[in-house]
Amino acid sequence: MTITLTINGIRKTLEIEPGEKLLGLLRREGYMGVKIGCEAGDCGACAVLLDGRSVNSCLLFAAKADGCKVVTVEGLEQDGHLHPVQEAFLDQGGVQCGYCTPGMIISAVDLLSRNPSPTETEIRRALSGNLCRCTGYVKQIQAVQRAAAVMRGDR
Amino acid sequence: MTERPNFSIVGQNERKIDGRALVTGKPVFVADLQLPETLHVKILGSPHAHARIVRMDTSQAQAMTGVACVLTHENTPAGRHTTAGQGFPEPSPYDTRMFDDKVRFVGDRVAAVAADSEQVASAALKAISVTYEELEPVLSIDDALRIGAPVIHDEDDARGIYDATRNVVADVDIDVGDIVAGFEESDIIVETICDTQYAQHTPIETHVVYSYLESDGRLVLRTSTQVPFHARRIVAQTLGIPICDIRVIKPRIGGGFGTKQEVLLEDVAGLVTLRTGRPALISLSRKEEFISARTRHPMRVRVKLGADERDGTLRAIEMEAISNTGAYGAHGLTVLANAGSKTLPLYNKAPHAHFYGQAIYTTLPVPGAYRGYGATQGYFPLETAMDELAERLQLDPIELRRRNHIRAGETSPIFEKLGEGREGVEQSVKSCELERCLDIGAERIGWAKKRGTRRREGEWVHGVGMSIMMQGSGIPLIDMAAATIKMNEDGSFNLLIGATDLGTGSDTILGQIAAEVLGVPLEKMIVLSSDTDVTPFDVGAYASSTTYVSGMAVQRAAEKVRDQIFDISAPILESDPKALALADGAVLASHGKTLSLAEVCQRAMYESNQFQIAATASCVPQESPPPFLANFAEVAVDMETGRVKVLHYVAAVDCGVAINPLLAEGQMEGAIVNGIGYALTEEMLISSRGRVRNPSLFDYKIPGTLDIPKVEVVIVESYEPTGPMGAKSVGEIGINGPIPTIANAIYDATGVRLRQTPFTPERVLDAVHRASIA
Repeated sequence: MTITLTINGIRKTLEIEPGEKLLGLLRREGYMGVKIGCEAGDCGACAVLLDGRSVNSCLLFAAKADGCKVVTVEGLEQDGHLHPVQEAFLDQGGVQCGYCTPGMIISAVDLLSRNPSPTETEIRRALSGNLCRCTGYVKQIQAVQRAAAVMRGDR
Repeated sequence: MTERPNFSIVGQNERKIDGRALVTGKPVFVADLQLPETLHVKILGSPHAHARIVRMDTSQAQAMTGVACVLTHENTPAGRHTTAGQGFPEPSPYDTRMFDDKVRFVGDRVAAVAADSEQVASAALKAISVTYEELEPVLSIDDALRIGAPVIHDEDDARGIYDATRNVVADVDIDVGDIVAGFEESDIIVETICDTQYAQHTPIETHVVYSYLESDGRLVLRTSTQVPFHARRIVAQTLGIPICDIRVIKPRIGGGFGTKQEVLLEDVAGLVTLRTGRPALISLSRKEEFISARTRHPMRVRVKLGADERDGTLRAIEMEAISNTGAYGAHGLTVLANAGSKTLPLYNKAPHAHFYGQAIYTTLPVPGAYRGYGATQGYFPLETAMDELAERLQLDPIELRRRNHIRAGETSPIFEKLGEGREGVEQSVKSCELERCLDIGAERIGWAKKRGTRRREGEWVHGVGMSIMMQGSGIPLIDMAAATIKMNEDGSFNLLIGATDLGTGSDTILGQIAAEVLGVPLEKMIVLSSDTDVTPFDVGAYASSTTYVSGMAVQRAAEKVRDQIFDISAPILESDPKALALADGAVLASHGKTLSLAEVCQRAMYESNQFQIAATASCVPQESPPPFLANFAEVAVDMETGRVKVLHYVAAVDCGVAINPLLAEGQMEGAIVNGIGYALTEEMLISSRGRVRNPSLFDYKIPGTLDIPKVEVVIVESYEPTGPMGAKSVGEIGINGPIPTIANAIYDATGVRLRQTPFTPERVLDAVHRASIA
């Protein structure tokens, strides 16, 4: 079967297998920023934005993305400028091995698009579906706070 | 304390040099490669804990469309090796075959199928028929040590097992002074036994390897490993091919924590590629990772302390450790020895010490290296016993530590007696800021105000606890690291290192060390690591070695290059080479003249006395200076449900000079949160038939953002005179803290001692009930 969707701003019509998950489709199409961690919805490494909301692409049938707008971590950079969340992850030490990072950043972008001034508890809740084994989360939470401040125009 | 020089690049929170690629999702990990004609490999695991393979029929699988290759014990090399990626000759027994006709745990490797797709490979696995003769499983240490217990390694070609007939992999016994006399002369004796559980590393990227042939026919293994050079050697040994026919490349890897110090899959992928000529990808599913990859060694450790009643000075320390090393002995001896060698020197005031331990085979999942490496298991009873001793002496637990811990200028006989599975190396401690760590930690947690108050909020009772510890910086006289630096005509440098960045940021901090010596910004340092064809040798990332050992190799290589630059510059600047310095990308003479590095290199490349400015240097560490750590935690215990909440965790750490403080803090924070999971929730549950019952991240609970307390890391800098730029290592130490610190805080809150991890609500409630009955 075929579906039509927009990936990082580019409209694509793609052939898919009926049981195929969005994760497999995206990686097959070369979006390697979408990571495989558990394929069971437990770790969040495969998170992408589906019509603006963070979803685990390992749980979602590719067919469900028909007609949707998908943004992967590769799609956050604009005209050579990193997204403020990406910048903040670099500045605050939110990246170690970097394997959970794309999913973590996607969840943070989703949060900040809905809530420009999240509390620490709200940030923790928004990132709770993303497991990280390297950082202990401390600097990732600080990175989201920092990105929120930058996006609000505070310095 | 030796004075810390003023640094310009060292000590700065430089961004990780690989960070931009990681936050933008560049295809930098093993499985992000997509080569045409790739075969997908799936592995058949044993359904039995202990069995002999009587018959195998793979003909149906072989005949399936899309199947390229089936590997079993019948068509693969039969030599025994160890999967432990350690220095050669390895201190682990050669007890493992690529494929064996005997299986020793549920999930043990039986066969592998390589096919055009993962689906076909999985379907073909189901078509393999195996007839097993089931043997009696051995599901605990007690079972393994029983007289008449089944012999797990009954093969006659294994080597390096201490006593295979009794299932004993390793046996360690060392004495300092006279332990019997030591306890006799002690006024107070405390003794405690603690048990730790099966736990897994769970890097978010599982074990994964991609193999393919170079155009010249050589085998390339692009693999998620902590030990590229050991992987090359072990694969060559296992497959019986020359080392020069293999190239190992470690790209970015998604976390290791010790589990990727193991060479688990590279031999299989490599053989598939050699047999078929096609690229092969093996990527373990999360379930396969839980069942067949490595774990931490569960241990039972007994600690007995004897002390002087008047001043609390320790007279005698005894530690006895029994380690479950599962079906294979990888890291069995060394993890066991480290339970003593990384803990006992901390309390060097005791003139009498004894360490005894055994590592035992069972038919259970296979432990290996895991951050902390035995010290984690040793510190639980040691720091619990110190807490009990403080109470008996009616001394503040901090004060008891102050009176007994090792200090700068001091040594411990344990350093020499007990090393990496053999005798150790004599050394004295040259940097130790543990006293300041204790002061700062106590203040941040509010120790004086909170200790012993048992403050209640509804059902929640609060308590605070503490512990101290040391680790090491590499393995002295065994580890080796090398670095090569070459100069380019724009004044930039290539830094080539065997050192293995597994997400820790070692590429960045090693670049900072080189940039510091050569007086250039970090952007001028092009770092390439872990490619066995290109970079010089390094043992890899384990034993808290990279900053200290690889860092020193980098510093030395940079100093050699600096000297070459000075030799070229001296006549031009009409200066003595000794009167030159490097800063801001230029050579500075003491009389004020300068020469840019670009000019220096252009001259060397194109003008006169032409040569490549370049140098290689190595480091074999002569000692292993310990980082030190003071941990403090405030917990709340729900007396109705037994639930433990950690509210605040403070870790004050002395790791020498932090080359990049942000990255050093990150090492600590990650280790602490991993340790909190190990203390409270993480446990591999194993059925009565030896099967892992919770092989998913849903059922095996690692901490998430909602589970972590306020974690505060304070870097208490010292200057280690033997280290690169004054640095020691910091990769492992943090993980040892949470178990004893939380256990001691639970005691402060409830008066109940927990001696079995994890501290689940059931165990806490049970302990509370038993205490109330007593």
